[in-house]
Amino acid sequence: MSDGQTKQFGKGQRTVPAQKAQKWYPVDDESQPKKVRKTLRPAKVRESLQPGTVLILLAGRFRGKRVVLLKHLDQGVLLVTGPFKINGVPLRRVNSRYVIATSKRIDVSGVDAKAIEKISAPEYFTKEKKAEKKSEEAFFKQGEKPQKKVVASARAADQKAVDQSILGSIKKEEFLSSYLASTFSLRNGDKPHEMKW
Amino acid sequence: MADIEITLASWKLVEVGRLVLIRRGPFAGKLAAIVEIVDHRRVLVDGPSAEAQKIVPRHVLPLAHATLTPFTIPQLPRAAGTGPVKKLWAKNEIDGKWAKSSFAQKTDKVERRKNLTDFERFKVLRLRKQSRYEVQKSHAKVRAAQ
Repeated sequence: MSDGQTKQFGKGQRTVPAQKAQKWYPVDDESQPKKVRKTLRPAKVRESLQPGTVLILLAGRFRGKRVVLLKHLDQGVLLVTGPFKINGVPLRRVNSRYVIATSKRIDVSGVDAKAIEKISAPEYFTKEKKAEKKSEEAFFKQGEKPQKKVVASARAADQKAVDQSILGSIKKEEFLSSYLASTFSLRNGDKPHEMKW
Repeated sequence: MADIEITLASWKLVEVGRLVLIRRGPFAGKLAAIVEIVDHRRVLVDGPSAEAQKIVPRHVLPLAHATLTPFTIPQLPRAAGTGPVKKLWAKNEIDGKWAKSSFAQKTDKVERRKNLTDFERFKVLRLRKQSRYEVQKSHAKVRAAQ
């Protein structure tokens, strides 16, 4: 040790450290914190999920419905449409994990790219803030019929614009329209892991 | 005493020339001819079909792994080699006969149905419904006429 004094004790001498060694020290070595090797990677979507693919939704309000894939959004989120006129599924974001991709593809090249661009913005699906707060009066009126929820006309227009060309290509093939209108469910003896989609 | 009519039972025999359907092992589902009987549980089979994916190489097969079919290659010499068996196989039109049998047709259908996609399954459902409707309609007509 460099810092310390050399002291004479009788005949001999020794260095006395400036800082004494600790009398007590922990029995165990201090454990090193574990290094986390996880990283945030961009989501990788399955190859089967190409735009135009017919999907079967497996979760959520529209589970079992067969819908058309429009676009990949980020983090494995998919933009789908029913089309609304056929099966009542609106333009909607779904998690690609909760979806079965079938081998059926529908031509979606005719869909307006600008409309898709607008819809795929993350703000598009955020809920609009209510202009007026629920008043006390409204609370006491609860017994009466609540006002019906009105779909924003802009949303409805977007839906129509997107679905128009898809509906055209669906009409060309027999059974395709009723296929999209039908819902999927497992029956007795069905083995989904052995089925071809 | 009355005459007793005796008809020969038409057993499917384990015999040289008998065609067997292999049910287990690497050649399961394929057709082969018995060429030689090894012992009471094993036979030597050979299936030189014209289609490459249906060929069964000459090998000893336990009879427990085989089902006898009603088809035979008549007058197949004992222990005939693959060449003569192939010639007689073609001459007796074994592939065609087998394809026409109800068993082969049924297995073909099962296989095809298994490989249908989701959309095709839906189409099958709808088309069956349509044909059923037509059949029932004509049945109803017949019943009404009686």
